[in-house]
Amino acid sequence: MSDDYAALGLVAGIEIHQQLNTKEKLFCRCPTTIREAKESNGEFFRYLRATKSEMGELDRAAEEEMMQVRQFRYLTYDTTCLVENDEEPPAPLNEEALDIVLTIAKICGMTPVPEIHTMRKLVIDGSNTSGFQRTALVAMNGTLPGGAHIETLCLEEEAAQRIEDTIFSLDRLGIPLIEITTGPCMHTPEAVYETAAQIGMILRSTGKVKRGLGTIRQDINISIRDGARVEIKGVQELDLIVEVVRREVQRQVALLKIKEELIARGASIEKTPVDVTSLFTESKSRVLKSAPMILGIRLNKFSGLVGREIQPGRRLGSEMSDYAKKWSRWTFPY
Amino acid sequence: MKNTFKTGDIVRCTLQGCSCEGTYITKRDGMATVKLASGYNIGVPEENLTRIGSVEMAEPEGSEVVQDSTLPRISIVSTGGTIASRIDYRTGAVTSQFRATDILHAIPGLASLAQFSAVQLCNILSENMTPGIWQHLARAIYHEIQSGAQGVLVTHGTDTMAYSAAAVSFMLQTPVPVVFVGSQRSADRPSSDNVMNGMCAAKAALSDLGEVVVVMHGTTSDDACAIHRGTRVRKMHTSRRDAFQTIGDGSIGMVTYPALDVTLAHSAVRRGTHDLILKDSLEEKCAIVWYYPGMDPAVLSAWEGYKGIVLAGTGLGHTGTDVIERIREMIASGTLFVMTSQCLHGRVCDRVYDTGRDLLAAGVVEGEDMLPEVALVKLMWVLGNSSSLAQARSLMKTNLAGEIMRRSPV
Repeated sequence: MSDDYAALGLVAGIEIHQQLNTKEKLFCRCPTTIREAKESNGEFFRYLRATKSEMGELDRAAEEEMMQVRQFRYLTYDTTCLVENDEEPPAPLNEEALDIVLTIAKICGMTPVPEIHTMRKLVIDGSNTSGFQRTALVAMNGTLPGGAHIETLCLEEEAAQRIEDTIFSLDRLGIPLIEITTGPCMHTPEAVYETAAQIGMILRSTGKVKRGLGTIRQDINISIRDGARVEIKGVQELDLIVEVVRREVQRQVALLKIKEELIARGASIEKTPVDVTSLFTESKSRVLKSAPMILGIRLNKFSGLVGREIQPGRRLGSEMSDYAKKWSRWTFPY
Repeated sequence: MKNTFKTGDIVRCTLQGCSCEGTYITKRDGMATVKLASGYNIGVPEENLTRIGSVEMAEPEGSEVVQDSTLPRISIVSTGGTIASRIDYRTGAVTSQFRATDILHAIPGLASLAQFSAVQLCNILSENMTPGIWQHLARAIYHEIQSGAQGVLVTHGTDTMAYSAAAVSFMLQTPVPVVFVGSQRSADRPSSDNVMNGMCAAKAALSDLGEVVVVMHGTTSDDACAIHRGTRVRKMHTSRRDAFQTIGDGSIGMVTYPALDVTLAHSAVRRGTHDLILKDSLEEKCAIVWYYPGMDPAVLSAWEGYKGIVLAGTGLGHTGTDVIERIREMIASGTLFVMTSQCLHGRVCDRVYDTGRDLLAAGVVEGEDMLPEVALVKLMWVLGNSSSLAQARSLMKTNLAGEIMRRSPV
């Protein structure tokens, strides 16, 4: 595979989320202490439904979540309160957290906005009991010493920690989080790494951010010419960044090649599913054995491509099954 | 020239040398609110803005919902509140234009349960409710039942929902369920309780009930709604979903969620038990006085000329000795005094301590185990419908709509 990222038209930007080490949470007076799930003192469950977002955005992830109404279970602690439970209006924004964000804005030469407005960003994957994340734009337009452009600096609330699929722990929900968004100004995996490292250093230099695994997360936006813009969420280790960018480029290049080949072959997909249950009578898979019926869709002229590796350990077939799994959840009765 | 902006104007903001574009939303506390392309709002002094264009405001959505005419008929009487409100995030305005279509858009599952017609009685925050509106409400519900509704849903702000439910309980004898419902989390948030409360309330309105009830979240989880008798229910928390509780007894039923199975307690009044009767007179010159240690008797004098006063007394139903003389004088001049307890739980008994016996001797009526607010509403109704003070005193001690329990369950 070519490593000539300029020729591939790589464009990348990052969003860094860093927990602030404040005494209290952003919108309630609970401590910002992380707990063990076994210390939980209670639980409850809720359903979330999509509503119109105050931010006006409707990204792909939110759109997919909107199709479903799912039940989420939440663990509470003696260090969480009714605000995390979405049972009490938020307290005024934590001024200690705002001070830290303004300090970082100043270090990055940014312009603070004259008046901060707290917004609701639609999040219905269960990680926010309210169904939205409270977030506020604090400063705009800065530059790092290395030249990377910082577009915005936001102060937002951390999401609840996912314990497993639909179970969340409320200790982390509401810890103040600074979100630093760069422009799409990086063109190699190494440049992404260097920018992330530099931002990390600035954050730690304040002495007021949390340390340790999970306290800082990088989202990386990656696109190549003719490819799609993909956001890789929650990269926790700085040292993984170069490899993450390389592999995403590799995946997109491989998918573009498959696309070209499918067009050249005149490949097509049948619209009507066919009952293929009888083909799987010998299958040892528990899931397949318990299925009342197995349907297949014929992929004309795909021969040899479904199993083609597009990334180490990942094939075109893995992409297809990921989509299928995403749509195969329990449906709410109304 | 001074700039004036209107909602939807595209503006350029200049801030310390950097500039960005956004949409002007409104002016609040002297600052302009501007929505940037990222979706974030910021507050900016108007002098930092220049208009560079404008966008067309989108029309609010409003497609009609097709209803199944084979389903039972339910009427929705709306008084306001957030159960079907919509927010326009460009203006920040919350609208609750209320047609059946709006609530069916807000809670799409309803259309599969019944066919709905809607009456918008008013659109107020429930703290602005008045006895006059209670009367309009009782008449509107009466009319809907008379016109064939098999159940009535009343959407209501939660602050004073329990007062209104009690008021309708006294004014209206009903053969079908009259279900008050609201929402503790506004409809514009994904975690709103409006869908669950609305669906469970509609199911209660179709059930075998034959009385006035409140249907709201039973616990903090989305597992079931409780059905509360309109004269025993109280909002017991400022913000929790399960704020509504039946005081002094268990609730009279449950609706599970999302299965919507209704179970009714033995004590719940069944559909068809009563005929439809409206008695909507109220004596509004009534008040409630919360006694506190050391209360100046002059506080009571402020209610001079009132026809009835509910006292929320301490413990078993007491006031301090110092105010009893004033109470005696006011009773002598024709004010009906009813004693309830600040404890909320339990029965008033003024035969145990001296102050209690003195209050009885002064002519105070023991309000049994009535909730103070329910006693107030009842007092208005009783004074509005009695031919004599003696009859009113007697009615205040008689159970009329489930507000007094003959026995105190353990």
